[in-house]
Amino acid sequence: MNWMRPYLAVLSARFRSMLQYRAAAIAGLWTQVFFGMVNIMVYEAFYSSTDKQQPLTFAQVVSYVWLGQALLALLPWYADSEVRAIVRSGAVAYELCRPIDLYNLWFMRAMAWRTAPTILRAVPMVVLVMFVFPLIGLGEWRLHSPTLAAGLGFAAAITCTLLLSCAITTLMNISLMWTVSADGTVVMMNALVTIFSGMVVPLPLFPNWAQPVLMALPFAGLVDLPYRVYVGNILPGSIPLIIFRQLFWTVVLVLLGRWLMARGIRRIVVQGG
Amino acid sequence: MPPQIIVEDLVKTYRIAQRDTGLLGSVRGLVRRQYRELGALDGVSFNIDAGELVGYIGPNGAGKSTTVKTLSGILVPDSGRCEVRGRVPWRQRVEHVAEIGVVFGQRTQLWWDLPVIESFELLRDIYRVPQERYKAASDELIALLDLGPLLDVPVRQLSLGQRMRCDLAAALIHQPPVLFLDEPTIGLDATSKLAVRDFVRGLCRDRGVTVILTTHDMDDIEALCDRVIVIASGKVLCDGSLDALRARVSRQRWLTVDLASVDIEVSDPDATVVRREGQRVCLGFDPQAVSPAELIARVTAKHAVSDLFVENPPIETIVARLYEAESGVATATT
Repeated sequence: MNWMRPYLAVLSARFRSMLQYRAAAIAGLWTQVFFGMVNIMVYEAFYSSTDKQQPLTFAQVVSYVWLGQALLALLPWYADSEVRAIVRSGAVAYELCRPIDLYNLWFMRAMAWRTAPTILRAVPMVVLVMFVFPLIGLGEWRLHSPTLAAGLGFAAAITCTLLLSCAITTLMNISLMWTVSADGTVVMMNALVTIFSGMVVPLPLFPNWAQPVLMALPFAGLVDLPYRVYVGNILPGSIPLIIFRQLFWTVVLVLLGRWLMARGIRRIVVQGG
Repeated sequence: MPPQIIVEDLVKTYRIAQRDTGLLGSVRGLVRRQYRELGALDGVSFNIDAGELVGYIGPNGAGKSTTVKTLSGILVPDSGRCEVRGRVPWRQRVEHVAEIGVVFGQRTQLWWDLPVIESFELLRDIYRVPQERYKAASDELIALLDLGPLLDVPVRQLSLGQRMRCDLAAALIHQPPVLFLDEPTIGLDATSKLAVRDFVRGLCRDRGVTVILTTHDMDDIEALCDRVIVIASGKVLCDGSLDALRARVSRQRWLTVDLASVDIEVSDPDATVVRREGQRVCLGFDPQAVSPAELIARVTAKHAVSDLFVENPPIETIVARLYEAESGVATATT
């Protein structure tokens, strides 16, 4: 375990410092509850205007939407603000002066950055939309609880989502070594990630011709696949395949990131001073 | 014993994207980029032995930071040789950085949102320092730098002087034998500067740590360094003791005289007036042309003098002259 010690220390330190931003998490919580409700109203109108069999039932879509709002912070739609700041200020010099692997260090930073706000938001949000909603007459709009098998499968798949998300975040961070501001990369990734992950519209509701493309991209593993496991749209028997796909993309993106970083370090110019 | 640090003929050139001015220029820049070469190091060489405390000085943009960053394994030079304790910094980065400590005065290595002590503990884990060694090292650093009252304060709430003391401790948690200090006293008040200097001096004297110190503060150099390396435009201008540096630029000494009244004109064939402020006149002279005793006798014989003293010109003046000579600017009237 000794080789893991520096990385776990960074993970835990960042996690603790992120927990200081509780007010931001609470503010975000209300925004997202509001967003989720607007989303659900749109789907309600859509489902009540059609008799055709849809790929997801209305109850499944509602749960899908709430999971998306609760786990929004897991989505890699932005380069790590801390890494951005250290690259911009030149403090990245200190990162290179540490006797540890820079990729692993940034990956762990990303992991803390994804998990801390997710936990801060997801717990109160789930309590609200799963348990409080039925009590205040919003039972139709509540987050349904999964079956045991689906729940376990979801737990495994969402863990892999975290790894995949950190691999994508770290890749965006590495692009900072070339552009410093990374605004271009961020705008591009933002669009790719939110649309192709299923965050905007659940992927099964996309046209049939788009399905092979959506399933071939790595982004489905961020939102769509684990959420469909939860709502029971993907049966427990297919869970190993989903996890394999998530891990496959994680490995590919980690290797790509490591390769790019090795090149980036050689050309790095520390800004200022 | 071979030198602790070997630098031989180090060359580094930055390529900077040129941008033309105006909208049209910006558009052109998107299509075809023009690069400007900026030489940062142009054949820098020096050796440093274990336990030396070396001042590394030069004007802005001379290549000081580039040298320090190369020695730290952050930058890869274009050519030349560089070894620190037998390792090439950028090739064996991880092994190398475990044995060095660095402080970049303009930035902090502490975690902004965490209390100071947690940054120290984090560094303990990052450098894999065993708990007993960490305890001994941190207790000593905390005592020497008087950090006790600061340990539970989040870094963002520290003053610059407090932060610098904490940064120094952070660079030494893993007890490195080599320490690079890049402008550690920049922006500090007098008390904090003295604290930093005392600490660095002790580190070198009592523990034999090899220190390279870059600074613009000549008082740092005078207070700490036996040896000074002066660089300008990427070249070493001078490498030796402070006295050797003085001797090389000028042997001049200063005789400062407080006159009895303001309206006395002072002149002497062997001395020039360096500056005059009210009753105080500063005369520069070459001690080989005229002995201080003789000059004092002549001046006091001619004028009514209330006080006088002889001193070396401040190191700032010496260094400024050296820079001017290098950049080809005519030597100032001093």
